[in-house]
Amino acid sequence: MTAPLIESAALATAFLEGTIRTATPLLLAASGELIVERAGLINIGLEGVILSGAFGAFFGAAHGGPAVGYSAAALAGALVMVVFAMCTLGMGADQIITGTALTLLALGTTGTLYRTLYGAGLAAVSISTGVTVEIPLLSRIPVLGRGLFAQPLVTYFAYVLIPITWWWFARTHAGLALRAIGERPAAAVAAGVPVRRYRLAATLAAGALGGVGGGVLVLAQAGTFVENMSAGRGFIAIAIVVLGRWQPLGVALATLLFSATTSLQYLAQGMGVNLPYQLLLALPYVATLAALAGIGGRVVPPAALARVD
Amino acid sequence: MIALWRGSLGSPYAITSGTLVRATPVMLTGLSVALAFRAGVFNIGAEGQLLAGAAAATAVSMLPVLGMSYASAPLALLAGAAAGGSWAGVAALLRMRFRVLEVISTILLNFVALYLVGYLVRGPLQEPLRIYPQSRSLALSARLPRLLPASRLHAGFLIALAAAVGAWCVLRYTAAGFRLRAVGANADASRSAGMIDVAATTTKAFVMSGALAGLAGAVELTGVTFALYENISPGYGYTGIAVALLARLDPLAVIASSLVFGALEAGAAAMQRDAGVPSVVVSVLEAIIVLGLIIAWPQTSKVSVRRTRQASVSSRMEI
Repeated sequence: MTAPLIESAALATAFLEGTIRTATPLLLAASGELIVERAGLINIGLEGVILSGAFGAFFGAAHGGPAVGYSAAALAGALVMVVFAMCTLGMGADQIITGTALTLLALGTTGTLYRTLYGAGLAAVSISTGVTVEIPLLSRIPVLGRGLFAQPLVTYFAYVLIPITWWWFARTHAGLALRAIGERPAAAVAAGVPVRRYRLAATLAAGALGGVGGGVLVLAQAGTFVENMSAGRGFIAIAIVVLGRWQPLGVALATLLFSATTSLQYLAQGMGVNLPYQLLLALPYVATLAALAGIGGRVVPPAALARVD
Repeated sequence: MIALWRGSLGSPYAITSGTLVRATPVMLTGLSVALAFRAGVFNIGAEGQLLAGAAAATAVSMLPVLGMSYASAPLALLAGAAAGGSWAGVAALLRMRFRVLEVISTILLNFVALYLVGYLVRGPLQEPLRIYPQSRSLALSARLPRLLPASRLHAGFLIALAAAVGAWCVLRYTAAGFRLRAVGANADASRSAGMIDVAATTTKAFVMSGALAGLAGAVELTGVTFALYENISPGYGYTGIAVALLARLDPLAVIASSLVFGALEAGAAAMQRDAGVPSVVVSVLEAIIVLGLIIAWPQTSKVSVRRTRQASVSSRMEI
């Protein structure tokens, strides 16, 4: 094998690995948002959910290891969504403004807690990021193997989540009921579906998934908590749900599109492409906007989305 | 707590240099949000529009042609408003032409604006020594005049006040203001009435909202920071949402509510300085105020209901 060939194979592996690394937290968060949006609720506070999950993961892991960390992340995310449910389902408050306020709340709360518990120093506490697990045989596939199948455990959870959500929405009574709620809540009520209970369950599930997504950032990637470390991933995940046309497989594809753009941009930086890196950093956001414009008018959100009944 | 008081209202200096200076940008972003929400436009991109405004104002202030001219500051403010309006115009175009939810597009554009400023202050607009990621300081003649001796209060405060009164008059007494309120209250009814171009009204309101946020950026640059850098706005765009809601989307009430938030933020800065309490506490407080308000006054904030109704009528088909 010639040297340039080996080099380009290594680049392709790095590109894949980077794509999957970016995709993991996004896919988890977007799956949660998909569930809650199919129930007819839009959660703009996903950013705050992810951030709270990241802080929960950091706090949990610092006191009890990665498993406690992920549980704390799910719990923290669900807690934010409890507030969301109380305001929107409980008191009929506007969903978009509630979500915006929750993001602000999470930003302030996690920042304050972090500074009071761990001081204002940079990276005061660091925790070991989980080991990667190689899947036998699959990880040996040339080029693809190392990129896709030598990942932290949580990434495989994200992989498995795609068929599970698809199956759940398409093939179970509960999935059908949830979709009905998102389209026409009144009809669901008439059919005897406990709408409020389903919506509450959907918000909690979305919170837990978004929280774990935030946990990934700390436990599998950064190894520490940084203020505002979610860095817009929540909003990207919401855009991904639209881009994925509110379908589990579509969401997976849209996640890949965004992550590949992000990974490409890192690769371009690494290869010394002659563009200022801030412009490269903006690329994934611009690509998402362009993709949203590209499918605009041809997607139909769940009919009851963001409407209070 | 004492520090909060001292930094916000405890002395004439704290009031004029702390509270009023902090209230100025959030009065403008609050107006921006109020105007958009009244028109049924969910513009939560005031932050990005503010940054676009600050960047454009910097670029204009650096033009060698203007030199020591007194036209510099007014032109910078105009450029800021134009840039903010254009930045919002992108989101308006995406909504009108491509049906992209402005909630998502405006937030994504916030990030693009942030990276763009990051690029500008390390590239074309960087200070001549090329050490710090910020622009050259504005010439004295390019700055907004101070209003009082021994105080940081600048003319931008009066501009913000004028904008609030102006927005109130336009909403209340002009045909354009009536159209804006009608479309925001019920787009379908406005369309059926046949005398209102809903798309044009929405677009205009969106762009005006962006222009106000852009003006906030230009005012902050020419009145307070005198240089462009990445953290020029500590979330003034997001605070604007809280300001607008506390004012129940009424431009005149925005003046009062921006003073409340200005006092809070000035006090929080003092609290961090003197008592070591992290100033992010204020975002907790702001969020709790917003949540309390939308629960107390649910009708004020039912913007999303209006707009999805509008969207779903025009695009019903099978999923």
